[in-house]
Amino acid sequence: MPAGSPQFADMPLPPRAGAGLKPEHVDAILAEDYRIGFLEFHAENYMGAGGPAHRALTAVRERFPLSVHGVGLSIGAERGLDPAHLERLARVVERYQPAMVSEHLAWSTHTDHYYNDLLPLPYNRDTLDRIVHHIDQVQTRLKRPILLENPSTYVAFEQSTMSETDFIAEIARHSGCGLLLDVNNVFVSATNHGWKPLSYLRDFPLELVEEIHLAGNAEDTDDEGEPLLIDAHDRPVCDDVWKLYEVVIAQAGPLPTLIEWDNDVPDWPVLRHEAQLADEILARHDASAWLGRRHAAE
Amino acid sequence: MIAPYDTGLSYQFGRALLEPDLPLPRGVVGPRGKKAEKRFSVYRNNVTVSLINALGDIFPALKTLVGATNFGHIAREFVRACPPGSPLLFEYGHDFPEFIGALEQLRKYTYLPDVARLERAWLDAFHAPDADPLTAESLGAIAPDRLGAVVFDPHPATRLVASDFAIVSIATRSRAGEPIAGIDPANSETALVTRPHAIVELRALPAGGATFFRTLLNGHPLGAAALLAAERDWDFDLAAAIAALLESGAFTTLSIPENTAEGA
Repeated sequence: MPAGSPQFADMPLPPRAGAGLKPEHVDAILAEDYRIGFLEFHAENYMGAGGPAHRALTAVRERFPLSVHGVGLSIGAERGLDPAHLERLARVVERYQPAMVSEHLAWSTHTDHYYNDLLPLPYNRDTLDRIVHHIDQVQTRLKRPILLENPSTYVAFEQSTMSETDFIAEIARHSGCGLLLDVNNVFVSATNHGWKPLSYLRDFPLELVEEIHLAGNAEDTDDEGEPLLIDAHDRPVCDDVWKLYEVVIAQAGPLPTLIEWDNDVPDWPVLRHEAQLADEILARHDASAWLGRRHAAE
Repeated sequence: MIAPYDTGLSYQFGRALLEPDLPLPRGVVGPRGKKAEKRFSVYRNNVTVSLINALGDIFPALKTLVGATNFGHIAREFVRACPPGSPLLFEYGHDFPEFIGALEQLRKYTYLPDVARLERAWLDAFHAPDADPLTAESLGAIAPDRLGAVVFDPHPATRLVASDFAIVSIATRSRAGEPIAGIDPANSETALVTRPHAIVELRALPAGGATFFRTLLNGHPLGAAALLAAERDWDFDLAAAIAALLESGAFTTLSIPENTAEGA
């Protein structure tokens, strides 16, 4: 197919709940009457040349809005972006024309090694300049802004000189990227670092957020035996994260909201149920926003 | 190769991820004066376990054959010795068959490396470019006296994995969760791996069939492939081989090279 040709209808992400796309769910999603708001796929899983994965994603793309989430670009890489990987991402974006493209505030590659995890960065002027430069390269190649996601982290760095929220706000200001707010990551990192989640949200530039992620976390303990949360993506969203999510939506208004469930993946109805819980919260705030506007107009 | 002069944080961090005896990378701390050993081990665990799981997904028959616990130990050693070089995890593990072939504890299971090669070829076929397989009509349109000169273009998914062992029978049973009791591992099978449409297909080729397909995949004409196969195997069945050629979707198009068209 010719690169960049608009063979798919333009479908923006609605301010509804979506789900992370798993190959084992595709048949159920396409067969049922319920229409999930959107589906998000991991870019790296569709960087092969052909085969069943592309057939399934093409069928999904014909019926649902799609967003693409990169997990391997290593935006924070010390030795620069891998131009070959950026080209692969560009081909995926051209092929599926997703409504949103997002990546992580993290690194995962160094020289010729790929670590398959979202690794943490010190927050200082050097890493800020590097990341802004890399996002600029990505946005120039893709000819569109991307969203950057706040991380779950387990360690801190002596080399850090800025708070995570200031760091992210500065990246967005200098690069022009939008933000993806992962509310579970806020809760996980706040617990792990002793921050107050509501203070984090107060300092976060919510006006730049274009998408939300929600996921389940696992409880462990740190070196001192105190709670350490792991961004596990293997269970339902916890109550504390639902409460924080409601705070975000009350402030920012309804936003496309993705449920991520990547490990111990359940049957589709379990994941759909999580999405429907998010939809209920979105509908409540959509209605109250509408009532509020009408009230103001009277 | 990582340059020896690399003293950056990512180099230290990356090495410490794969070598659990190394100290924490410079500057890695817990918040508010807390320790970070256990915290850093979350990253070590994420990296190692996710890559072991990736290998288990790529080599499911091998994992069944050696047992999940043994597989975990072997995969952990491999991950630390040969971490992936690319974020495309479906490309990982091309060195794994050779790695397990060198392991002393698996020495007597001589068929395991070839089973692993077959599983790696299966995933390569799964992600290969799409192409329409050769139709029976296009072969039927060739005049009988010119059939011997026909050459075939391989489908991009097609792989041939030769083995002294019964790798197709062993892999197929193991992937289905069935025991391999009753299979004689010493019964040599060459695997033809194809993906004519959406599904990856495995065929066990007899000795002559293996020669026939290998010759065609190397670009030689049908006549030469039939002749070599018959020399290799008294029981070679040309009609069955041509049926497999069409049914397997191993090829996409055919042609008759100009210099052989005359009097072929």
